[in-house]
Amino acid sequence: MREIPLAIRIAVPVALGILLLGLWEILVRAMDVPKFVLPPPSAIGAALAEDFPSLLASLWVTLRITMEAFVIALMGGLFFAILSARSRLFELCLFPYAVILQVTPVVAIAPLILIWVGIEHLERALLILATIVAFFPILSNTTLGLKSVNPELNALFKLYGASPWQRLTRLDLPNALPYLLAGMRISGGLALIGAVVAEFVAGSGNGTGLAWRVVESANELNIPRMFAALALLSGLGLVIFFLMVGLQHFLLRRWHESAVQRES
Amino acid sequence: MALYPSADGSGIGGLTVKAARPLIRLAGVGKTYSTGTVAVAETSLDIGHGEFISLLGPSGCGKSTLLRMIAGLADPSTGTIDWPTSDYDARGRAKPKLGFVFQEPTLMPWATVFENAYLPLRLAKVPRKAAAGRVMAALASVGLERFATAYPRQLSGGMKMRVSIARALVTEPAILLMDEPFAALDEITRFKLNDDLLRVFRAQGLTVIFVTHSVFESVYLSNRVLVMSARPGRVIADLPIAAPYPRGDDFRTSLHYGELCRAASAELHRAMAGADGEH
Repeated sequence: MREIPLAIRIAVPVALGILLLGLWEILVRAMDVPKFVLPPPSAIGAALAEDFPSLLASLWVTLRITMEAFVIALMGGLFFAILSARSRLFELCLFPYAVILQVTPVVAIAPLILIWVGIEHLERALLILATIVAFFPILSNTTLGLKSVNPELNALFKLYGASPWQRLTRLDLPNALPYLLAGMRISGGLALIGAVVAEFVAGSGNGTGLAWRVVESANELNIPRMFAALALLSGLGLVIFFLMVGLQHFLLRRWHESAVQRES
Repeated sequence: MALYPSADGSGIGGLTVKAARPLIRLAGVGKTYSTGTVAVAETSLDIGHGEFISLLGPSGCGKSTLLRMIAGLADPSTGTIDWPTSDYDARGRAKPKLGFVFQEPTLMPWATVFENAYLPLRLAKVPRKAAAGRVMAALASVGLERFATAYPRQLSGGMKMRVSIARALVTEPAILLMDEPFAALDEITRFKLNDDLLRVFRAQGLTVIFVTHSVFESVYLSNRVLVMSARPGRVIADLPIAAPYPRGDDFRTSLHYGELCRAASAELHRAMAGADGEH
């Protein structure tokens, strides 16, 4: 199959989007659908423009929680993955609890976390909940990557008297990089979902995140603003996704089969 | 077990008698796995400086295990491996300068050809600038100096194996241990690499221990072929290959080569018959 040029790969979905938005606008106007059921794109655009400063502030709150949760999950996941790969005992102890944390719905533990950190530290609760959601893919993927080193390469490092540090930085971590990046791609999206879901459940602190703006707009039946907040959330999710894809491509493009451009 | 009395210190067939200080002296070296399987029966052997030795035997005869014990990658269950002429480390263990070539190229896919060949020196904390000359010389010795910035995935199987050999040579080892390095290559590439290996062996005054299951390859390369039998692995024949180097196509097509191959082949058949007799 021939490689489709980047311009076309971008132009086609954008054209389709414009077409669908136009269709939406025309149908809503023609059928006279009430604004509080389905507002036309123009009304959503107007709401976005009108409330832009406050929506942007909300976007920033959600973005900050998402990024902080992601960074903590990344550091923690990497740290515990290295310990797990080093010590079988540590892995045996850690993994059952990591799995329990992973399979328990975050919605269900949100009230508990809220009580523990105190209602006055609401943003901290959101951060903890988002981190819990984003943590596991990093941990499990990186552990897998650290443990899947070619045994002959391991023997080679032993033969040349590599120190544990050299083995980690020159062999285990580079080998785990594709796995780590795959985990980061999942966790980036999950951190945002975690931040939003936690805010839905726990409510909002001093700074109001986008999730709370959706709830608030629904309560006021301001559906155009709700759509505007949703659009910003989708946009944020897309930016995170493409950043991760870009990072993956940039770091693996020279050597990993997943990212290498092949000529047919 | 009683069917297989282990080789004693006298060597096999009296052919291992060498100069007083061999490069390696194996005394009663054996390997038994925890399952009770005897991979290598007690083996005693002297390996002299500058020898090119092939360990020839059927699959599963323990030749790779014996090689790995010599490299220090596996611990013998019995016996000792001495390096009478090597330096010793702080704990009194021999620190021979050796290079090891695995059956697979065993390259780091995330690193360039240069980085791969530089690895042994990097692990020995030789700065990149100081090492660059030696790395490029090692790559040049296998004809890869123009591919220093390529990644392994861009290379053919034969070229990857050359990188692997360059990496083994970069520390300027006294001995090169090779574990069926060319088994996965096509015959044309294999002949080419055989000739390149002999050139490096002669140019650098190496000692080589070469594991193979090919009679023709072992006779072409070595000045001494050790034939091993399976279950338990032990050396059943020690054949000198008295043909002068350099060797080339003339040797490969000579009557003498044919006779030597026939003799090695006969020993290999004996080795395999012995293994079958165990059932």
